[in-house]
Amino acid sequence: MAMLEVKNLEVHYGVIQAIKGISFEVNEGEVIALIGANGAGKTTTLQTITGMLKPSAGEILFGGQDISKIPGHKIVSMGMAHVPEGRRVFAELSVYENLKLGAYTRKDKAEIAESLARVYKSFPRLEERKNQLAGTLSGGEQQMLAMGRALMSKPKIVLMDEPSMGLSPILVEEIFNIIREISAGGTTVLLVEQNAKKALAIADRAYVLETGKIVLSGDAKEMMNNDSIKKAYLGE
Amino acid sequence: MNFLSYLINGISLGSVYAIIALGYTMVYGIAKMLNFAHGDVIMIGCYVTFLAMSGQGIHPLAAVIISIVVCTLLGIAVEKIAYKPLRRATPLAVLITAIGVSYFLQNAALLLFGADTKSFSSVVTLPALKLADGALTISGTTIVTIAACIVIMVALMLFIKKTKAGQAMLAVSEDKDAAQLMGVNVNATISLTFAIGSGLAAIAGVLFCSAYPTLTPYTGSMPGIKAFTAAVFGGIGSIPGALIGGILLGIIEILGRAYISSQLSDAIVFAVLIVVLLVKPTGILGKQIHEKV
Repeated sequence: MAMLEVKNLEVHYGVIQAIKGISFEVNEGEVIALIGANGAGKTTTLQTITGMLKPSAGEILFGGQDISKIPGHKIVSMGMAHVPEGRRVFAELSVYENLKLGAYTRKDKAEIAESLARVYKSFPRLEERKNQLAGTLSGGEQQMLAMGRALMSKPKIVLMDEPSMGLSPILVEEIFNIIREISAGGTTVLLVEQNAKKALAIADRAYVLETGKIVLSGDAKEMMNNDSIKKAYLGE
Repeated sequence: MNFLSYLINGISLGSVYAIIALGYTMVYGIAKMLNFAHGDVIMIGCYVTFLAMSGQGIHPLAAVIISIVVCTLLGIAVEKIAYKPLRRATPLAVLITAIGVSYFLQNAALLLFGADTKSFSSVVTLPALKLADGALTISGTTIVTIAACIVIMVALMLFIKKTKAGQAMLAVSEDKDAAQLMGVNVNATISLTFAIGSGLAAIAGVLFCSAYPTLTPYTGSMPGIKAFTAAVFGGIGSIPGALIGGILLGIIEILGRAYISSQLSDAIVFAVLIVVLLVKPTGILGKQIHEKV
């Protein structure tokens, strides 16, 4: 059984249909890339999965349970974390307070401390700046904080929305290395990216979204050699 | 010595404004709305205390606690019934609703408690403090008011800084969607904020009526408006700003009444607001909010 299964999902903004009946699945341990141009519906898809938007039709099965009608704040404790587009760190709070909020749904203090130590180990720069306000961090550091904050909930699956957006090539490299590490640590990853080349390079499988529909899916390595993908998304 | 006595009275009145301003500023911070019915919650709190004390002969402290409970529930109910359905409505619709709730509470009080002025007896039994051979007298109410303000401020700061619920409040006030992604129940957090603000309004109301002992269904509106002024003065959305704005406003009002004109003291208070808004539109501690696209 797939860990996350989206079935015939439709999402509307008022009368405008943003997602036109998409289906895909994510198996445990996989890195799945969802690629597509601006406005294809990638962010909308992730926001609907984590309950920020309500679908107008379809099902979202997480561990076999339909979560499309569960209030968004309850989905986190089921084991799903979401690193939103634009990082959305709490600028007025310190790095440490941001990370603590990531563990908001957890109770066991010792386990939280353990997760915090693990996040600091993966992101040493966050530990150096733990008392600094998140708003004063650089873009790359904020992205690391957003990822670290998501990991603080000890998720089974992390949804990442454009983690490389607006970062320098060196930082993009670093961020993708971290995604690799997260995956190696046993966490499933659903990655939304405009940087299709990088995304396909680390993904197991990928889905291509075009104006609210999935137009192509398959093995990520094969997709990298697909001529139409090359032309449309890889700039070759 | 007169000046010192005016100053202390100003700080005391300012403490009441500061406690009320907290309710305005916290609700604004989290729900981005001006709850103009906040002043009328104060009035309801005063009536509850008055009826419990004079009608039922309940101990003043117990009466105050009953009043806090009633106001807290009232605050939660008002939010659930009047404001929550408008979560995604335009700010103007919410503002007009708040004004409607304010009139509703005033008229409900008129119906329930009558239009006649009740004379409120102070809940404070502490004797006055005489200093400098009796040249300076500080009433028990004044002392209790200032002490209550300090305790409330410290407790609130600790609550926000140290507890999970407090951190959730900060998270929701900054970014509701991101807070929800952390697993924070945004609606419950907004309810909690209204509950705290309204509970504090009950305390402020009792302290206000202990110092100015006339109670009518319109008693809450003037201190409510002035506390709103104080919140804007200090920087709306900022808790320390509410304290600074409230205290300064209280001092300005009392000194203005003593040295300039007792009739013009309210005009002076609002003139100060206008000047502050002209010079520093965000208030003393307010921050420029940058809309993120």
